[in-house]
Amino acid sequence: MSEAVRVRELSKRFGSVRAVDAMSWSAHLGRVTAVLGPNGAGKTTTMEILEGLQRPDAGVAEVLGVDPWDASPEHRARVGVMLQDGGLPNGAKPIRLLRHLAALYADPLDVTELAHRLGIDAFAGTTVRRLSGGQRQRVALAAALVGDPDVLFLDEPTAGLDPHARLDVWSLVREWRDRGAAVVVTTHSFEEAERLADDVVVIAHGRVAAEGSLAEVVGGGRLEDVYFAVTTKEQTR
Amino acid sequence: MSAPATPTRRVLAQARFDTGTLLRNGEQLIVSMVLPALALVAGVFAPFPELAGRRVDVVTPGVLALAVLSTAFTGQAISTGFDRRYGVLRLLGVTPLGRSGLLSGRVLAVLVVEAIQLVVLMALGLALGWHPSAIGVLPFVLFWLLGTACFVALAMLFAGTMRAEATLALANLVWVLLLGLGGVVLPATSFPGPWSTVISFLPTAALGDGFRAAFEHGGVDLRALLVLAGWTLVLGALARRLFRWSD
Repeated sequence: MSEAVRVRELSKRFGSVRAVDAMSWSAHLGRVTAVLGPNGAGKTTTMEILEGLQRPDAGVAEVLGVDPWDASPEHRARVGVMLQDGGLPNGAKPIRLLRHLAALYADPLDVTELAHRLGIDAFAGTTVRRLSGGQRQRVALAAALVGDPDVLFLDEPTAGLDPHARLDVWSLVREWRDRGAAVVVTTHSFEEAERLADDVVVIAHGRVAAEGSLAEVVGGGRLEDVYFAVTTKEQTR
Repeated sequence: MSAPATPTRRVLAQARFDTGTLLRNGEQLIVSMVLPALALVAGVFAPFPELAGRRVDVVTPGVLALAVLSTAFTGQAISTGFDRRYGVLRLLGVTPLGRSGLLSGRVLAVLVVEAIQLVVLMALGLALGWHPSAIGVLPFVLFWLLGTACFVALAMLFAGTMRAEATLALANLVWVLLLGLGGVVLPATSFPGPWSTVISFLPTAALGDGFRAAFEHGGVDLRALLVLAGWTLVLGALARRLFRWSD
């Protein structure tokens, strides 16, 4: 099992707040890792450090053996990112944007086919500004996939999606996993984690509260119960 | 294994995308094309202020400088400010394009749009009787490139440090102030007393003076070149230091 994402004693403060507090966990190629935790637990900050958007104060963050901060274009080409806020330019139409992003890679996916799989062709002529939340999510996911990455970071990929679209996203995530990619998904949905994840990381107060394969973490019970047990314990500590 | 396109292809792709976005932006085209054209016509036919030499020969290079200010500064400040607000800079920052590729692509797109503006405005100037010096093209290009770098740096300083709404308001206000008092269309020498000296040290006045010297007698205005280069260095260093990719 080869380690694609390595977080060791990672810390990041914002003023007096310890957003990430000596956190350690791993994600592996060919597996889906779900990262769960309450709002403000440090999930997004950790993801942003792994995506090279923030610089940690201390500790190690490695993706494919590389420090993401100021990483090379070669490294960034191997990492696909779906940001929580989407980051889509308001005035652009989805297909034009995806074709542009595809042009940044040597061997991108076929944009027409990808847009079709995610149902983007149905609103291809609408500017991003006029898309619904769920439609934007799909474009943002396509933006993460278009370079055919080896590591995929998805920040709440199915938030706001209808049940059908959720199934489409899950099947794409599994497909990437089966092709050997490491997929790291943050989510608030226990159902999503239970149906999708091979491994689970539960974060609370900037630290890892539970980590392991889904079976190890739930131990025959329900993920929901384990989650409340470890995050509540952390909160009253 | 996924690999990036070559650096040249990435920058050209971004330049093409940004040029398309700029040319699709109707409101911005008004600021960058219609307003300079109006300023040209007004400057040529207005009876005041008194200008040294033929009015059209003084006003046309100034309007070319105004067009550079509009696209490189006002347009870029506003669009980059909102791209920052909506996370577009983060999105592009995690692709192989990266931050330096984004900046290069954006400057290239600004130059393409400026080239279109400049050709149209020069044609309008010629139609109004402008007689430029042909050898002035070389110093003109020098000032054009330097001026674009200077005003894109100023745009990044606005867009990268303030809220998008504040950038929108201030970038427009600064454009209006510099149009009236920046020595762009009306040279600094047309202002009275100590003001003419103060204004001549503004980057807008330096760009306007550079363009005027180039087209009036094909020369390089060294003082203006130094002023503009100094501003470019200072603004570039400040933008590099203070720019924040997320708001």
